[in-house]
Amino acid sequence: MDALLRIFRGDREAGAFRDYPVPQHEGMVVLDAVHWVQAHLASDLACRWNCKAGRCGSCSAEVNGRPRLMCMTRMDQFPPDQPITIAPMKAFPVIKDLVTDVSWNYEVNKRIPPFQPKPPEADGTWRMQQADIDRVQEFRKCIECFLCQDVCHVLRDHERTDAFAGPRFLVRIASLEMHPLDVASRSRYLKDQAGIGYCNITKCCTEVCPESIHITDNAIIPLKERVVDDFYDPVRRVWRWITGRGAPA
Amino acid sequence: MDRYESHTYDVLVVGAGGAGLRAAIEAAAEGCSVGLVCKSLLGKAHTVMAEGGVAAALATTDSRDSWKVHFRDTMRGGKLLNDWRMAQIHAQEAPARVNELEAWGALFDRTPDGRILQRNFGGHQYPRLAHVGDRTGLEMIRTLQDKTVHSPGVDVYMECTIARLLKDGERIAGALAYRRDSGRFIVFRTKAVVLATGGIGRAYKVNSNSWEYTGDGQALAYEAGADLMGMEFVQFHPTGMVWPLSVRGILVTEGVRGEGGVLKNSKGERFMFRYVPEMFKKDFADTEAEANRWVEEVIAGRKAEARRPPELLTRDVVARAIAQEVREGRGSPHGGAFLDIASRRRPEDIRKKLPSMYQQFHELADVDITRDAMEVGPTTHYVMGGVRVDPESQAATVPGLFAAGEVGGGLHGANRLGGNSLSDLLVFGRRAGMGAAAYAKAFRGEPRIETAEVEAAAAELLAPFERTGGGENPYAVQEALQDMMGTYVGIARKEDDLRTALAELEQLRARAARVVVEGNRQYNPGWNTAIDLKNLLTVSEAVTRAALERRESRGAHMRVEYPDSDKRFGTVDVIVRRQGERMTVVQGPIAPLPDELRRVVEGEA
Repeated sequence: MDALLRIFRGDREAGAFRDYPVPQHEGMVVLDAVHWVQAHLASDLACRWNCKAGRCGSCSAEVNGRPRLMCMTRMDQFPPDQPITIAPMKAFPVIKDLVTDVSWNYEVNKRIPPFQPKPPEADGTWRMQQADIDRVQEFRKCIECFLCQDVCHVLRDHERTDAFAGPRFLVRIASLEMHPLDVASRSRYLKDQAGIGYCNITKCCTEVCPESIHITDNAIIPLKERVVDDFYDPVRRVWRWITGRGAPA
Repeated sequence: MDRYESHTYDVLVVGAGGAGLRAAIEAAAEGCSVGLVCKSLLGKAHTVMAEGGVAAALATTDSRDSWKVHFRDTMRGGKLLNDWRMAQIHAQEAPARVNELEAWGALFDRTPDGRILQRNFGGHQYPRLAHVGDRTGLEMIRTLQDKTVHSPGVDVYMECTIARLLKDGERIAGALAYRRDSGRFIVFRTKAVVLATGGIGRAYKVNSNSWEYTGDGQALAYEAGADLMGMEFVQFHPTGMVWPLSVRGILVTEGVRGEGGVLKNSKGERFMFRYVPEMFKKDFADTEAEANRWVEEVIAGRKAEARRPPELLTRDVVARAIAQEVREGRGSPHGGAFLDIASRRRPEDIRKKLPSMYQQFHELADVDITRDAMEVGPTTHYVMGGVRVDPESQAATVPGLFAAGEVGGGLHGANRLGGNSLSDLLVFGRRAGMGAAAYAKAFRGEPRIETAEVEAAAAELLAPFERTGGGENPYAVQEALQDMMGTYVGIARKEDDLRTALAELEQLRARAARVVVEGNRQYNPGWNTAIDLKNLLTVSEAVTRAALERRESRGAHMRVEYPDSDKRFGTVDVIVRRQGERMTVVQGPIAPLPDELRRVVEGEA
């Protein structure tokens, strides 16, 4: 039986959902169906994709209202008698159809203070224990699909791209802050520019992460604690007053 | 021409996978202004899909390793058709390039004493691949991406495709591009161009590549008059997924075999023992008992004394073996072989070392690889040949043109070893960046672009919008090409088939000239596909003509009528170049191996 795809067609000014019947086969994913529509019914239907194996994070969209990678979303999980709705990510401006303007994310990334390693051992390399890098490797699994950004209410509903970096870049900062070799401090950046205080830990980001990164528990909460320790801890404040040291950079 | 957006750079880098990013970083470090152009968003290039690891003789996991052993493995894997100087530079410089990534923030898996852990892979004598589980490419591209955006002097153009290279007389002067989002053209003026566009996998139906892999760099270089070489050597990776149809061709990392996975046919036989070539007989186990001992030694973290299991033979050998098992009726239900790691390793080890594979099979094929075998078969993965370059500077045969990574030819000879592509990107990406920077600094005058040339190219690109009525659908033509190449220019090649392919290419070219697209220029994949078709047709013709010319079997290239390697072809490259509107094929001699390196290849390390 054919599936019915209900796909958003349009740009940032105007658009509507249009229906496309698509023949199904075993193991089919939503991205296959979109490709079939491109090849047979609407050659100018815009969508992003690259690897088709959940590695590159290009084909993000909202399938039946849930942010997902289309290449990892099986068609057979949906009731066969109902249309499958595919919409672009809501948090970003639509360029065309399923493609959104995600350039803001790249701007945010550029502003994060970069990796700054401590000096290497005599042979020019470093020693690190696997146990010490396991937790950072979790953050480095991020494929930049931006689904966490899409679902974050600070960005999606309150549109605070001016004040909040979003979960993706808090994960990125966590990967630098908890890197065993890194010596830079990003506390002030987290507080003032990344706007970590805006996150109120609803964990929506963690729920949609296709890489199952524990964004809230393992990245954001420890970073919040770091900021609190550095700026709001009364004991440390007294200590800094006594020693004459200022707040961290 | 003034109506086009226009930018001027010392160096224009085309492609932002590992090679392009590394080239951009180096050219910028040399003080050049750099434009970095990529077809997709930054960080999505094919490097991100590399799984198993990056090959470098760091000797952290097995102290017996050295650049000489890596060199020997690479040359033998390439059936001695490699450019020996590139293979030497590659083996010597790869360790420094990997350590440099660590200085830029990459985090590879560790040995118990805290150094970079290395994994076994096909054709590598010792554990040599620095890796991060099975997502090494992601780690590399993210590290290079971050380094690039913090490199002063690099402007990144995302979702932007180079459609033509522009020349001033004989030398490169610029490029014409279009932006994917708006469809508008950009004219780049530049002294040097570094091609880092990757491969040609989309010329085949069953492939492990993304939509971007349409042979752009090879075709741009060819059109600009540069030589291509070794195009007959297309790597069919032995282990792609075969079922369900939706995932056919998606890669299953060689790391599965490196971690102890074995290949079996429908009778439950470990058939690879029957396929060990003479050249490798003394290095591989000839009994299951010895092969199993090797796995035990590796898992225990000891230096392996047993010889390696035959599943770790080079990719050309394993791919052909699977194809033969299937042909002779011993294939899996969907026409492949069984790859079994479940009976070899504990579930928690599999999930730790192969997390993406676990997820990929679990979600897309309903297979739990910690319990059941995977079904796998050959998939078009990589092209060993490419733009003919100088081994030191990566300069092509057109002044101002450079190429690095998969789009370049020479390093891998007739067959590439797994893990050598990621090291290739780093070593020769850097060298291409240096080469292009040196060329740009020595450049006299200004690059001049002819308005008429730009206008003619722009008109050709827009032609699919101008045609009316009864035209061809670009997707249909691309699919027909992919079917044709898989049928006639696949793993086992016959003279008649190759001639049929040439005739079919003529017809496909005629169909491509009638392609019509709907809609407007704004983010229009139909139009983009129509533009890519030209490149796909060019590289498909190059592969077919080169395959006809090489009347022998060697590495990834197998001619049914000539099942053996022929000494006469062991000293030549097949070179493809444009003469007017015609593609010509000639044989060019390979630089002979110096005695000192010959001794290394023959066993002295």
